[in-house]
Amino acid sequence: MKKILVLFILTIILTIQFLDAYSVQRFPKPEFESGYVQPETMQPSAHAGLLAVVDVIVLAIALALVTWLVLKKRSRIGVFGMSVLSLGYFGFYRHGCVCSIGAIQNMALAVFDNAYVIPLTVIAFFILPLVFTLFFGRTFCAGVCPFGAIQDLVSFKPQKLGVRLNTVLGLIPYIYLGLAVLYAATGTDFIICRYDPFVGIFRFDATFGMFIFTGTLLLSGIFIARPYCRFLCPYGVLLNWVSRYSWKHLTITPSTCIQCRLCEDSCPYDAIDMPVTDKNPESRSGRIRKMILICALIPMLMLLGGYTGSRMHETLAGVNGKVRLAKALLEPPSSTGKPELMEVTAFKSSGKPVAMVYSEASGILRQFYLGGWILGCFLGLVFGITIAYRMVTTYRTDYTPNKGTCFSCTRCVDFCPVDHHDNV
Amino acid sequence: MEVPENNSRINRRKFLSTGVRASVLLGIGGAAALVADKATTGETVWQLDPAKCIQCGRCATNCVLTPSAVKCVHVYAMCGYCDLCGGYFKPETKTLTTGAENQLCPTNAVKRKFIEDPFFEYSIDEPLCIGCGKCVKGCGAFGNGSLQLQVRHNICVNCNQCAIARNCPSEAFSRVPLSQPYLLKQVTQEKPV
Repeated sequence: MKKILVLFILTIILTIQFLDAYSVQRFPKPEFESGYVQPETMQPSAHAGLLAVVDVIVLAIALALVTWLVLKKRSRIGVFGMSVLSLGYFGFYRHGCVCSIGAIQNMALAVFDNAYVIPLTVIAFFILPLVFTLFFGRTFCAGVCPFGAIQDLVSFKPQKLGVRLNTVLGLIPYIYLGLAVLYAATGTDFIICRYDPFVGIFRFDATFGMFIFTGTLLLSGIFIARPYCRFLCPYGVLLNWVSRYSWKHLTITPSTCIQCRLCEDSCPYDAIDMPVTDKNPESRSGRIRKMILICALIPMLMLLGGYTGSRMHETLAGVNGKVRLAKALLEPPSSTGKPELMEVTAFKSSGKPVAMVYSEASGILRQFYLGGWILGCFLGLVFGITIAYRMVTTYRTDYTPNKGTCFSCTRCVDFCPVDHHDNV
Repeated sequence: MEVPENNSRINRRKFLSTGVRASVLLGIGGAAALVADKATTGETVWQLDPAKCIQCGRCATNCVLTPSAVKCVHVYAMCGYCDLCGGYFKPETKTLTTGAENQLCPTNAVKRKFIEDPFFEYSIDEPLCIGCGKCVKGCGAFGNGSLQLQVRHNICVNCNQCAIARNCPSEAFSRVPLSQPYLLKQVTQEKPV
């Protein structure tokens, strides 16, 4: 009897709910008598599908063309022309999105988040320049990347910065890359896109803060050539690594270097390595001491970095939306004079259990703890290797472009007096 | 004696460099393969789910575009054509006229047109709409909820990371397939009599 009653009540409740689902209309649609025709709700479609494929094709063609111009034609004007075209297409026409630099984050998120679906075009934007760089050097930077192009256009009076300043500022991209991967992998934010200085220019729609940042960057770019590429760009870090092992890289001279030193000051990016002809500038014991020092220094820096990173994991995770929400929920209401966070209001109206947010937030905190260790170790390793590189000297007879930092812009080529036909 | 030594040094360096190049290539290929099974050939676009939206007003301010790519969209099929429209009039409006002081919309983007007694048609002048969601909130609170916020794909530049999605308090934004780019609430069936 009890069972039947329960069933009966359940049926009634279900019926009410069923009816309720169809009675969302508080005010039923009127029956018009004047022959009024109800307009259609417009749903304009996007044309992104076609363009995304076109983008990849344009990227591949531009890369091939620039590479040919750099390595075969060795033509500065050609590369310059290509960079202007790329600036027009990828920058002003396609509004600088999606770009290879930002694609790092999509790749990181795709690796760590199983629910994330990554478009093939984004993978292509990430992979293509890396593969080209592995074979031909950073030709992507020379004439395809719109960010590089816009900075190249304003570098009127490039100054030499000196090795020390270059080395120190050159560490910033590693920190940026590490943070970008950490935040993308934890699904927190895409900081490269958020603090992208040029996208606001491409869209003629920058926020005030970003406009000031971009303006500073471009103004300083008059004297410090390509400040973003050299001292910020996280994709440049990857290209730098890959380019070091490039198969064919731009050479200053088409034939044999005659040590005329004409190209010495031609590079606006301080990317030409001077000859070091002294084969053994140091004694054997001195070199051994250095070796021991480096071997001890790198693990120490890694440990120190990892520890610091892990200690900072709560600060780093503070940006995460879930962590922020959990923190706001933990705070007793009206303890502060501030009005309730919008997120809290939205959460309360969603009817989800609070425990779920806490467990999600603590999971994210754990990810950040691990991520902090990895990020710190990575930065320690990078700092250590940078110091090590400064300690050793490499034997070199000619003026050569530094395969890591050279953007293959071919400016130096015009300074070389050796005839191009000697090469054949 | 010196020549072969020199040669072997170059060869070793070449060999190492080729080896590293091959492994880097393998690494890039590996990274691609790792994410390849999560890849989609179809493009996706950003859209907001009106069922999750709380009309906080951030769509109007957080979009990289000014005015925002999020607009109010009117699903006419859901509209009750009310004279006293919660999406058009401010809550304490006394005279139901199109006077500016009565209008909820800060930019005069909601248009009111007389159809027949006592019904009025409301439409959105999209170039004027800033996506603040005030009308959406009013319509949802007092009416049928036929006014809904949606990302307009003819305006949206489809950023890699949508700036509104990042700041949406109710996580209403997500990427949807390009083939079905709108998430409008619809009436599934006429109200049972």
